Amino acid sequence: MNAVLHLAAVSRVHGAGATEVHALRSVTFRAHPGELVAVMGPSGSGKSTLLTLAGGLDAPTAGSVWIEGTDLASLDNAGRARMRRTSVGYVFQDFNLIPALTAAENVALPRELDGEKGKIARRLALTALEEVGIVDLADRFPDEMSGGQQQRVAIARAIVGERRLILADEPTGALDTDTGEEILRLLRARCDAGAAGVMVTHEARHAAWADRVVFLRDGVVVDETGADEPEALLAGEAGR
Amino acid sequence: MSIRQAMLAILEQGPMYGYQLRAEFEQRTGETWPLNIGQVYTTLTRLERDGLVEVVESEAEATTGRKVAGHGGVGEPLGPDRTHVSYRATEAGRSEVSEWFATPVPRSQPARDELAIKLAIAVTLPGVDVGTIIQRQRSATMTALQDYTRLKRSGRAATPTVPEDLAWSLVLDSLVFDAEAEVRWLDHCESRLRRAAAEQKAAHDDTHGSPDGGVR
Repeated sequence: MNAVLHLAAVSRVHGAGATEVHALRSVTFRAHPGELVAVMGPSGSGKSTLLTLAGGLDAPTAGSVWIEGTDLASLDNAGRARMRRTSVGYVFQDFNLIPALTAAENVALPRELDGEKGKIARRLALTALEEVGIVDLADRFPDEMSGGQQQRVAIARAIVGERRLILADEPTGALDTDTGEEILRLLRARCDAGAAGVMVTHEARHAAWADRVVFLRDGVVVDETGADEPEALLAGEAGR
Repeated sequence: MSIRQAMLAILEQGPMYGYQLRAEFEQRTGETWPLNIGQVYTTLTRLERDGLVEVVESEAEATTGRKVAGHGGVGEPLGPDRTHVSYRATEAGRSEVSEWFATPVPRSQPARDELAIKLAIAVTLPGVDVGTIIQRQRSATMTALQDYTRLKRSGRAATPTVPEDLAWSLVLDSLVFDAEAEVRWLDHCESRLRRAAAEQKAAHDDTHGSPDGGVR
């Protein structure tokens, strides 16, 4: 199966000379349709860098980033921005909703920026809000909603218009345990429906919702769970 | 483990055969702590000896003189007299249960933790790659955590309809929190050991002026 996201031997170096920092060192990483991948690591391990590179918000020093078969380096700024609006959805720890817009307007915004007519954008937004279970809050402003509800709006914004890559940076960080699990359930459901998800988290309990957990240390993938499980099981069977 | 008290407490619901008792236990705990039926009957025998449970005379047995075809499995290596007998808690048994619920589980003597012991030994031995031990353990624990989470989000724990399902989902949560704590502890060990190695290296460099050595 083709990966929705493919980082090919990606490195990112900040600064130069004595102050040079290697945020990522030749990391290869894929996320396939239907797959939720968690990235874990202490601060400074490169997990946020991985996410910003995956979303085309930053460019690698070496290596390449492919989204749905397109090398981001082959796109100009406008092309990358368009790719971000149409293929990639972001979910942040602090929701990043625009306070002056209602839930529906927040969700519709990426579609409108993409040139969709207001009416159609709103309809798509309502569908997305329906999917995350809060269509009844469509006309509320962010400050009229709980943290969990705001994060649902953010997820709706990330999935509106059938985007196939969801990037989530500590999406449950600001939420209590139960609300956090609801958010994970939604991300999980979206991936089960065919999207590829990449979630950065430092909480093992939340990473456990993923199909695969990648451990980063000092910009290097040091370990991975779940990746070759099927083969390992088969090998075990054969050996019996 | 307090299988004894748990069994006794379940018997408060009413008289049960050993097999029923086991089924009731597993309904609440999944197969997290599998009980073999021999263990169940051994425990029941001891509880009976201690006057905490008593055998209930089966009506059918009393009238026909035959054993009731109960929940006893075919081919079980147990005498029919045990598998077809049901038990109920006595007054003394019920007060033992109240006592159990009223008393906190002691933490004074931590359960033997193989991982903590392994790391405690490993960090003191030259030539043991503690970093690799930590990494392998973390992957293994994370994989277990993923399994528990899968169980939690599907099946009867995901949408509990009866108290027994809720009990099972809480047992799963307990496993999840335990595994999570272990991962956090491993993260902590890793960063603590790295810091110690860095300090050791700095101290070594100060005395020897060499950038290498001194760190395992």
